[in-house]
Amino acid sequence: MPMACLHRRWRVGVLALAMLTAGCASGPNANPKDPLEPMNRSISRFNDALDENVLKPVATSYQDVTPELVQKGVRNVFNNLSDIWSTVNNGLQLKGRDTAESLMRSVVNTVFGIYGIFDVATAIGLERHPEDFGQTLGVWGVPNGPYVVLPLFGPSTLRDTASMPVDTSADIVRNLDQVPTRNTAMTLRVVDKRASLLNATHLLSDAAIDKYSFTRDAYLQYRRNQIYDGNPPDEDDLVDPSAEPTAPSAK
Amino acid sequence: MDRFLSRRTFFAGALGLVCALGLSIAQAADEPADVFIKRVSSDILDAIKADKSIRTGDVNKITLLVDQRVMPHVDFLRMTASAVGPGWRQATPEQQKRLQEEFKVLLVRTYSGALGQVSDQTISVKPLRAAEDDKQVLVRTEVRGKGDPIQLDYRVEKATDGSWKVYNMNVMGVWLVENYKTQFAQEINAKGVDGLILSLVDRNKANARAAK
Repeated sequence: MPMACLHRRWRVGVLALAMLTAGCASGPNANPKDPLEPMNRSISRFNDALDENVLKPVATSYQDVTPELVQKGVRNVFNNLSDIWSTVNNGLQLKGRDTAESLMRSVVNTVFGIYGIFDVATAIGLERHPEDFGQTLGVWGVPNGPYVVLPLFGPSTLRDTASMPVDTSADIVRNLDQVPTRNTAMTLRVVDKRASLLNATHLLSDAAIDKYSFTRDAYLQYRRNQIYDGNPPDEDDLVDPSAEPTAPSAK
Repeated sequence: MDRFLSRRTFFAGALGLVCALGLSIAQAADEPADVFIKRVSSDILDAIKADKSIRTGDVNKITLLVDQRVMPHVDFLRMTASAVGPGWRQATPEQQKRLQEEFKVLLVRTYSGALGQVSDQTISVKPLRAAEDDKQVLVRTEVRGKGDPIQLDYRVEKATDGSWKVYNMNVMGVWLVENYKTQFAQEINAKGVDGLILSLVDRNKANARAAK
């Protein structure tokens, strides 16, 4: 019942996004990858404010207070759960070896790592191959679509947003029967995720002149890299503006 | 007398340095790109591991490290120019110089925080996919430490003296130059080259203040 509810909510969300896409006036300077920029910017501001006031402080104190060993165990458990879903997606992408390795990882870690608390699989040389349904769609040629910043969830694309219900319905944590356990687990997962990103976001706000476009460009590059498993084809040759005026006919 | 002595030691030191430099250039002459990356990155990693003040974020120390061990292997002119994009040719030589300086400060400041996490990491270079006479090569590496391995790739080009120079790098698939391109173009379109320089200066000042 709550599952169906969630689905409906997503469908409405995607529909609303599609309408916004159609209705959004893209100015002359609009980035073709980001026609929804004005809306995305305001959602980013909302997310940033929420993060600054709630999530970041909570994640910071979680990191400060919880012993490192416990944090590692928590992260391993969630990674183990996601490895199961990665197995399915690696399979859907017809990656034989990665599918087998992901499956082996889940089995080894669940059995020998005590429900995934210890990451035994990495120690014996089985590496993670994280894949979600958005990547699966990407591998099969579904384009990104416009860049979208989702309230609470942050950077995404239209394709990844549309594929989220699939990831959600397969999510073991969300499908836990006991409501208090489920809520605790979901909260813990968010806090753990945010804590793991503390250093990265700190770097982000230092490095950027415009944090919004820096985050967007980084996210789109990162996602593309994931879909090509770390080896994307060149988008365009890097021209070197510093060299052109000096040697026009050198070669 | 003292002065004379110190001058002599200075000359001896300088001579030694020149010899060492000559040696390293000779060594670099026909070094494959992947070996070059492995050598330089291990060298830098060792330097960080050896010095605690670098890991705790001593900006002066880090800047020194960057100037001595990183910059000689980087074509920073090309890096800055590509990040600035078409606006580069509108810039005067003076502005181009300023852009390079401020961009360097920005990068040093940003990445100095990440150095604090260096502990037992190692670099593994992936097999090179390039012909022997390629002038521009993609070198793919992985930083292996506690968690998942981190992808770290470099684009290198062969300089006229035969040594390799890095002109772009990516962390987990995010290319440095590409990621600054849009922002820089945005600033130049809105406020011109001087506007971009000013934004960089402001950002650097804010970062320096936050570090204190």
